[in-house]
Amino acid sequence: MADETLLDVLTKRGISRRAFLKFCAAATSLMALPPSMASAVAEALMQARRPSVIWLSFQECTGCTESLTRSHSPTLESLIFDAISLDYHETLIAAAGSAAEAARENAMKEAYGKYLLLVDGSVSTKDGGIYSTVAGKTNLETLKEAAAGAAAIVAVGTCSSFGGLPHANPNPTGAVPVSDIIKNKPIINVPGCPPIPVVITGVLTYYLTFGTLPELDDLGRPKAFYGESIHDRCYRRPFYDQGKFAKSFDDEGARNGWCLFELGCKGPITHNACATTKWNQGTSFPIQSGHGCLGCSEPNFWDAGSFYQALSTPIQPVTAALGIGVAAAAAAGIGVALANRSTKADAKAHHQTVTTNDLEK
Amino acid sequence: MDAMQLLLWARGPALGIAFAIFLFGMLLRLFEIYSLGRNKDLAPPRSHSPGSGWRTVVMRSFSAKSMLKASMLTYVTGYTFHIGFFVVLLFLLPHIELIRSITGLHWPALPTPFIDLIAVASIIALIVALISRVMNPVKRFLSGFGDYLAWAVTLLPLLTGYLAYHHLLLDYTRMLAMHILSVELLLVVIPFTKLTHMATLFIARWYNGDWFARKGVAS
Repeated sequence: MADETLLDVLTKRGISRRAFLKFCAAATSLMALPPSMASAVAEALMQARRPSVIWLSFQECTGCTESLTRSHSPTLESLIFDAISLDYHETLIAAAGSAAEAARENAMKEAYGKYLLLVDGSVSTKDGGIYSTVAGKTNLETLKEAAAGAAAIVAVGTCSSFGGLPHANPNPTGAVPVSDIIKNKPIINVPGCPPIPVVITGVLTYYLTFGTLPELDDLGRPKAFYGESIHDRCYRRPFYDQGKFAKSFDDEGARNGWCLFELGCKGPITHNACATTKWNQGTSFPIQSGHGCLGCSEPNFWDAGSFYQALSTPIQPVTAALGIGVAAAAAAGIGVALANRSTKADAKAHHQTVTTNDLEK
Repeated sequence: MDAMQLLLWARGPALGIAFAIFLFGMLLRLFEIYSLGRNKDLAPPRSHSPGSGWRTVVMRSFSAKSMLKASMLTYVTGYTFHIGFFVVLLFLLPHIELIRSITGLHWPALPTPFIDLIAVASIIALIVALISRVMNPVKRFLSGFGDYLAWAVTLLPLLTGYLAYHHLLLDYTRMLAMHILSVELLLVVIPFTKLTHMATLFIARWYNGDWFARKGVAS
């Protein structure tokens, strides 16, 4: 079964060649490759052996898995996802207990150096990482072990990419992203809370086609999907430029679909493909359904102030700082005033009157 | 520090620090000025002229015709920059939101492309003003480090705001952080350079106006 090509798997599942080619064309354009590459993508995918994939879940909520396995089902993207040899996935694996662990170890041994490691969830590091364990082993240990034999690592979701919610202040478990621990393997970050399903299949398609990682930005995200901000691709952008803003979630502006900046939309600093690929088979995305972007595909989004405060506002109250400024100024001002007054009094005391007689001397 | 961390720092602790230093410095300046007091008036005027101080505060904003002719460039760049700066500061929506979040006051915003145009005009005015300052021997002679520093920290917020809006040079998040930090730098520098004139000009104009309106000596 491991020798089956992707095309074999898809044919078995009743996917026509035509549908497959359509997917390849769509994937090619999604990844911002020239259209002429579509046939190359198709060729490569047809020949691709099912790559062994090990999926580790650490400090996470399983939302990423839910997003990837359910939302698009049963589209070709999800079938491509199915077509990979998912040798170990805690949520999806049938086996339990030591049998499940044995499956992981087997897969790691058999495909050592070749398997793709997918990780969702952040890694606890505080107190030796004891705050998150599977089968008595800390996530930290498991990650290091699994990463050693991986060809590449895909960090699925914001937690494994940037630390996410567990990393949020005060970060009681010392949660860090995968990239903080593994330094010697190529890592692709696919952040989002959860990430868009088509983005993860896009990344897998790229990897299967070219055997390399797609072009990444400075945060390790594939540029094809995270190259532009939500704001720049938002269909409500013209309203921002015209100065038309919704002031509340149920006012005239909200009903007219005006810009949600005032209601806290973080679209301007958020890089993701939501505004273009959208969710639920291209149905909609948060802003389209009337809620501002939370900025979930960016680092520290949870600590970036209220979701309902405009991006340009302070993330913590400035009143204390203002109070300190005024109090310090009053204290220093009194000091300066007293000093000035004593200088003045001193000058007055030592003032010598000059008379015409003095001048004639 | 990644761009997001920088932005969070700029929007959080740095803003508080900048505001505290700005308030501290400005209040100290005002304290210094007012606590000096005024000498006893040994020759009280014949009649008081109420409102003359306030009138001068307003009227000094308009140039005398002869002065305008004599140094057209200084006036035009000065007006363009000052008006532009305040239009950008007070009528771009994100700025209004910032003011609203701190003071609760708000007013309608102007369309972004218009603000963009005004920002460009202000930047050009500042650059022309600098060229004139360097080229003109009198202005150059009168300028010191503080003047060039004041010029630079005033230009930075406009420039970084423009670059951020147009996605130039750095990615938006980082440039936005730079923009906020540049404003914080401006706030910190204001009380300790000639930029203090944003507050003291009103005091000086009032004093001049009041003094110049004195007529005769009471007998």
